[in-house]
Amino acid sequence: MRLKLEKRPEPSTLMLFVTPVASVLLTMFIGMVVFDLLGINGFRAVIDIFLTPLLASYKWQDVAVKAAPLIIIALGLSVGNRAQVWNIGAEGQYIIGALCAAGVGIAAGTAGGPLVVLVMIVAGIIGGMAWAWIPAVLRTRYDVNEILTSLMLVYVAFQVLAYLVGGPWKDPNGRNFPATAPLQPSQELPILFPGSTVHLGVLIALILPFVFWLLMSRSVFGFQIRVVGSAPQAARYGGFDTKRTIILALLISGAMAGLAGALEFTGALGTINLGFPSNYGFTAIIVSFLGRLNPIGCLIAGIVLAVTYVGGQVAQTTVHIPNATAGIFQAMMLFFILASDILVRYRVRLVGSASSAQGVKA
Amino acid sequence: MSSSVPRLALTGITKRFPGVLANDQVSFSVGPGEIHALLGENGAGKSTLVKMIYGIMQPDAGTIRWNGEPVTIANPKAARKLGIGMVFQHFSLFEAMTVLENIALGMDATIPQRELEAKIREVMQHYGLKLEPRRIVSTLSVGERQRIEIVRALLLNPNLLIMDEPTSVLTPQEVDQLFVVLRKLAAEGCSILYISHKLHEIKALCENATILRGGKLVDTCDPRVETSRSMAEKMIGGNLKDIQRQPGAEFGKPRLEVSGLSVATTDHFGTSLKDISLTVRAGEIFGIAGVAGNGQNELLLALSGEVPTDSADAVRVDGVKVGRMAARDRRGSGLATVPEERNGHAAVPDFTLSDNAVLTARDRLGMVKGGLIDARAARTYAGEVIASFAVKATGPGAFAGSLSGGNLQKFIMGREILQKPTVLVVSQPTWGVDAGAAAAIHQALVDLAASGSAIVVISQDLDELLALCDTLAVINGGHLSPPMKVAEANIEDIGLLMGGIHGQTTAAEVAAAEGHIHAPQA
Repeated sequence: MRLKLEKRPEPSTLMLFVTPVASVLLTMFIGMVVFDLLGINGFRAVIDIFLTPLLASYKWQDVAVKAAPLIIIALGLSVGNRAQVWNIGAEGQYIIGALCAAGVGIAAGTAGGPLVVLVMIVAGIIGGMAWAWIPAVLRTRYDVNEILTSLMLVYVAFQVLAYLVGGPWKDPNGRNFPATAPLQPSQELPILFPGSTVHLGVLIALILPFVFWLLMSRSVFGFQIRVVGSAPQAARYGGFDTKRTIILALLISGAMAGLAGALEFTGALGTINLGFPSNYGFTAIIVSFLGRLNPIGCLIAGIVLAVTYVGGQVAQTTVHIPNATAGIFQAMMLFFILASDILVRYRVRLVGSASSAQGVKA
Repeated sequence: MSSSVPRLALTGITKRFPGVLANDQVSFSVGPGEIHALLGENGAGKSTLVKMIYGIMQPDAGTIRWNGEPVTIANPKAARKLGIGMVFQHFSLFEAMTVLENIALGMDATIPQRELEAKIREVMQHYGLKLEPRRIVSTLSVGERQRIEIVRALLLNPNLLIMDEPTSVLTPQEVDQLFVVLRKLAAEGCSILYISHKLHEIKALCENATILRGGKLVDTCDPRVETSRSMAEKMIGGNLKDIQRQPGAEFGKPRLEVSGLSVATTDHFGTSLKDISLTVRAGEIFGIAGVAGNGQNELLLALSGEVPTDSADAVRVDGVKVGRMAARDRRGSGLATVPEERNGHAAVPDFTLSDNAVLTARDRLGMVKGGLIDARAARTYAGEVIASFAVKATGPGAFAGSLSGGNLQKFIMGREILQKPTVLVVSQPTWGVDAGAAAAIHQALVDLAASGSAIVVISQDLDELLALCDTLAVINGGHLSPPMKVAEANIEDIGLLMGGIHGQTTAAEVAAAEGHIHAPQA
């Protein structure tokens, strides 16, 4: 008896839904075992990381605020991933987006109001797009792998941030800490529920998945993205420009990351310091795959990952494990989802003794 | 003829795949020195059966006897050890390596190179196979490449040689040369299992035929006393339809005009198109014959607009200069194309048929409104194609990749034909398609031409072109020969054109190549 992988005639819809859920459950289980072996209460850690943020209502707003950037970035990345364009540098586009928004805010001086906030956000979108445009051009014109260039540009973006907040944009009243001056209230994003931290960005993160769903599943543009990703030769045959599609896919993912950066700055943090980059751009890659590159899936997966962010902080205080633990759980989830992907196209079958009797005369 | 003990005997061989019974209780035998044909439509189970004989797959039930002994053939190496050789339809050769290196790589035992070369020369001399062991594979014609595979198999002194569709890529002259070799092998006692769908070749070569349909053995016959038609009808299990066409139809105005089309290939092993000119008129079916890799793919891409040309004048559709237009605009001008490769080029395997209809029909049939795809219109059109071309599929929602090759080809052809293009260019329209489906596709092409469209058929199947086309030209090394009327064409001449004997330079190249060959001709 042995296990055999057999190609399915058609991809399994059931597995498409089952594998992400199974990946989350497996992550919880393996995490529990590993922590127990390390002498930490694994059960408690898993409960705190995955369930406490959902069960305690006062944690919901934290989850919502953390989920918003994850969802928005993941939506853009999913478009690229569908076209087989791998933008690993959303973190950099996110940083540049936030910086562009901050730049507009600083330039506006004391002026505020909806128009200024709108311009700040548009500047963020354009900044993210510009940052993604570099790997797009390198890829389409010189065949340079966008995985490497987009990733390297993250570090460039971080250096730009460090330079700006430590130099020209440093808050004069900030006791020499490298950070921008706190945003004045008139330049802040509106808060949806008074007294909470839930800002307008959360609403945008709830609406965008449906816009992207319409775009990807109903529009010619979505069709184009899917054909280019699935069969580039067929795309050319069907009259689609592959290079332009690749550029567009990267620009959209850059725009979304830039948008998320601008919203995070204007809605949640109000200042940019060296701690501003919080790996949302990388975590969104996990969200994108856990959500099966589907916009609605990204919405759900974004919430799941936000839960682990918030839960990581909870576990820090309850079982005294470092905040980085959440990162381990997130990484495990990505591994499981990528590994279980094979079950969508293949089925596992037990093969009997017929073929194991090799060389034996019948 | 088969003596007392057959060399290979199969009894009750059954092989099941998920959802399909590929072979159902198949039994037949091949005697020593017998040339045995295995006939059947695509999907009849020929390949599966042969793969089990060569040890690539294992039967679920049944017995294989080799010289009377029951055997289990665990893998191809075990098959070769028994004395079973196989020449596949698709060659596995490294283009950048020499013939000798390629053969050495495929050997189970390590033999010193000099010894191997001597052996290769001996085999080639014995069977009259012309091949220079030190030449780089990329410089060889398809026929020569096949000879490498044959030599590779013969080096093992096989007692049974399996040939899978060996002539589909050869010129008529090369086919004749191949048959000389096969007959000589058989005369020396080697059995040959010959898989083909070219019935006149089977008539000329084989003394016994086993016919499979739907995985079952349906008939055995002696091809020498059958007609091609009777065998074809046994294969499809019904009556074969002839192409119905109106006699003496007049051609109308020129619809596709190609003049001085030259395209440099970007592919290292591709062929550049050199000054191609042709005119196809309304109602005309123009055939382009040639051995694979002589510029057919490049020509199709240049006509479809996937590779636009430098000069707008080079391609005209109904007088409109489309040379610089991209694929989408050319479609708009009425030019539709069907490339040779179905999966990943003409269709997206992991898309539904409905989405595959959107791929090429969206503009012409108004499936797009305000940037959004009208899914209902796409489904309706896909359903229409499925119904009018008798595509076997669960419906417009079926994935293209789940269809058999022949059914997907019918869908693709139907998708283009029902858009009523003014010019249709198709490459290998019936490649790997069964006889019934091929007849349906041929009839649809004839009907489209009769309705006033101009059609170009690029095919390696000369029989298909002769049966279908009004006019014929041969492509070789990126050059297109002057057109000839099919009614007046001579197969010998076409064969020579396919082999490249048409100009001073090419003839000189051929002569130079011959000079390298030391082995005397048989």
